[in-house]
Amino acid sequence: MTSIGTGYDLSNSVFSPDGRNFQVEYAVKAVENGGTAVGIRCKDGVVLAVEKIISSKLLKPGANKRIATVDRHIGIVSAGLIPDGRHFVSRARDEASSWRNVYKGPIPVSALSNRLGSYVQAYTLYSSVRPFGVSAIIGGWDSEAELAVDGQVGNGPNAGSGGKVEGAKAGGPGLYMIEPSGLYWGYYGAATGKGRQAAKAELEKLDLSAGNLSLLDGVKEAARIIYVAHEDSKDKDFELEMTWISTLDGPTHGRHEAVPRELLEEAERAAKAALEGDDEEDDATKGDAVDSERMQE
Amino acid sequence: MNHFPEAWGRPRDDVYGPYNSSYLQTTGPKGHTQSPAVTGTTVLGVKFNGGVVLAADSLASYGSLARFTDVKRLRKFGDTAVVGFSGDISDMQYIDRLLDSIDVRENYSANGNTLNARNIHTYLSKVLYKRRSEFNPLWNHILVAGFDDDKKPFLSSADLLGTTFSAPHLATGFGAHLAIPILRRLFPEEKPLEDISKDEAVAALRECVKVLWYRDARSLDQYSIAVISAQGIEFQEDQQVEAQSWAFAETIKGYGAQVN
Repeated sequence: MTSIGTGYDLSNSVFSPDGRNFQVEYAVKAVENGGTAVGIRCKDGVVLAVEKIISSKLLKPGANKRIATVDRHIGIVSAGLIPDGRHFVSRARDEASSWRNVYKGPIPVSALSNRLGSYVQAYTLYSSVRPFGVSAIIGGWDSEAELAVDGQVGNGPNAGSGGKVEGAKAGGPGLYMIEPSGLYWGYYGAATGKGRQAAKAELEKLDLSAGNLSLLDGVKEAARIIYVAHEDSKDKDFELEMTWISTLDGPTHGRHEAVPRELLEEAERAAKAALEGDDEEDDATKGDAVDSERMQE
Repeated sequence: MNHFPEAWGRPRDDVYGPYNSSYLQTTGPKGHTQSPAVTGTTVLGVKFNGGVVLAADSLASYGSLARFTDVKRLRKFGDTAVVGFSGDISDMQYIDRLLDSIDVRENYSANGNTLNARNIHTYLSKVLYKRRSEFNPLWNHILVAGFDDDKKPFLSSADLLGTTFSAPHLATGFGAHLAIPILRRLFPEEKPLEDISKDEAVAALRECVKVLWYRDARSLDQYSIAVISAQGIEFQEDQQVEAQSWAFAETIKGYGAQVN
C-alpha cells in the first residue's frame, strides 16, 4: 500500500499531502472483512439482514445477536469490528433516550443518523482516538400517525387555535448507512461488509426507487442477497439474522423486531432454492463479479 | 458618603443603617414540593377470575376547580400491566415517562420486555419510598394491575410514602371510604376469586364510579375502564355514568335549600 512508510498513516487527524486520511481508510479495510450486512427500504417497512459467520462450533445457534434495537422503531446492523458496533449502538440508544427527554417522542431515523454521523466523524479528528471500524446500516419507521406526546394525559380543548396542517404526509421508512469517515447517505438499499459488491449488484436489480417492493418480498430478497453474497466465502458456516420494521398496521406495528422464525426459515429455503437454480444457469458470470471486486481493492 | 459604584442606587448606610445582606443570600434550605397541585381523585380496582379491572374518572382538579376533564389516569405498561394514578398529575406524567423508558430499555434484550405487574409494583414502591425519604415525594397513590410471576391476577397499591398494600379489591382517595364498603359487600372475603366473573367486576366498578360521582365533589361522570386478562388489555375510554338519579339528594339534610 502506498501509505506505508510515508508517516502520514501513523496518527488520526493527519492528512497526507494528497488529502487523504489513511487511518480512516484502514478502518474501511476492517469493515471490508466483516460479515455482509444488508438493508432494504420497502414501501411498507424496512428489512435488515446480516451474514453472521460462525467462528466456533461452541457458539449457541441464535444467540449473540448482531442486529440491535434502538428506541422501539429503529434497528442498527453493522459490519466490521463487533465491539465497535456495540459501542456505536450504545451511543445510538443514548441519543434516542436524550431525544425523548427533550422532545417527549421517538427520534426520527434521519435525526438519529445525523447525530451518529457527527459522532463517528468526531473520531476522525483527534490523535487520541481511532476511527470506528464499522459501517452501520440504520433502518427504521417514523410513525405515519400522529403520536401522543410521552406522558400526555388528554387531548385538550376541541375548539380554539390548532396550527395543524390537515392531510400532511408524515413518517415512513428510513434507511441510512454511516461509514467510518462519518459520511452517511440515505439509501433505498444498502450493503456493507465482505460481500457488499455482490449484494449491491443484487439490490440494484430490485428497482427499489420505484417503491413497489413489499416488506414481505423484501424479507425474501434480503435473505437471498445474503446467501448470494456468501458465495465468495463458502468455506465458512454462517447464520442469517434478519429483523424488520413495518407500518403501524403491518406485522410489527411500527416496531423493530426479529423476523418470525417461520418466515425466516421460509425465506432461507427460497434463498437456497434460488441459488441452486442460479448455479446451474450461470456459473461463469459469478466468477466475473468476484474478479471486478478484487480489482477495486 | 460612599461614592463607589456598588452603593449606587442603594439606601445610604449613614441614613438607614447597614443593609442586612443575609437577605441577598441565594443559598439556604432547599425547597421541595410539599403539596400536590393538579390532582386526580379515586382509582378503583377489582380482581376477577382470570384478570383485573381498573377504573378512574377523567378529571384533574386544581384545588376545588375542575381544571381538566379529559385526563387519562389509567396508563398502560408493556402489554400486560396497567397503572392507575390518583394524586398529582404532573408526578403521574413523570412516572409514566419513567416507566416508558424502562419499557424501551427492557425491549433491548433478546427476550423483550418480560416485566409483569408485580415487578412494576415493586419498582414503583421503591421509587416512591426513595423520594419520600428525600423529603421530595411523588404525590401519588397508585394501583398496579396485571399478573404476577405465576400468571395469577395481581392487584396492589403503593402510596406517596412508599407504603404498599394488596387486596382483591382496592380504592385510592375518596373511594377508599365510599367504594370499598360497596365492594366488600359485593365480593365478601369468603367468596373465592373463581366465582367473580369479569362482567360482575366491571358492573361493580361502574356502580362505584356512580356513587363517587354522586358524593365526591372532586369527581367526574366521565371515566375509563381497563380490563386486564389473558387476552390482553381492553381499554374503554370516555365512558359516561349512566342512569343517574339525584332523587336521593332531596333526602340529605344539611345541604342546599333545606332549612330544617
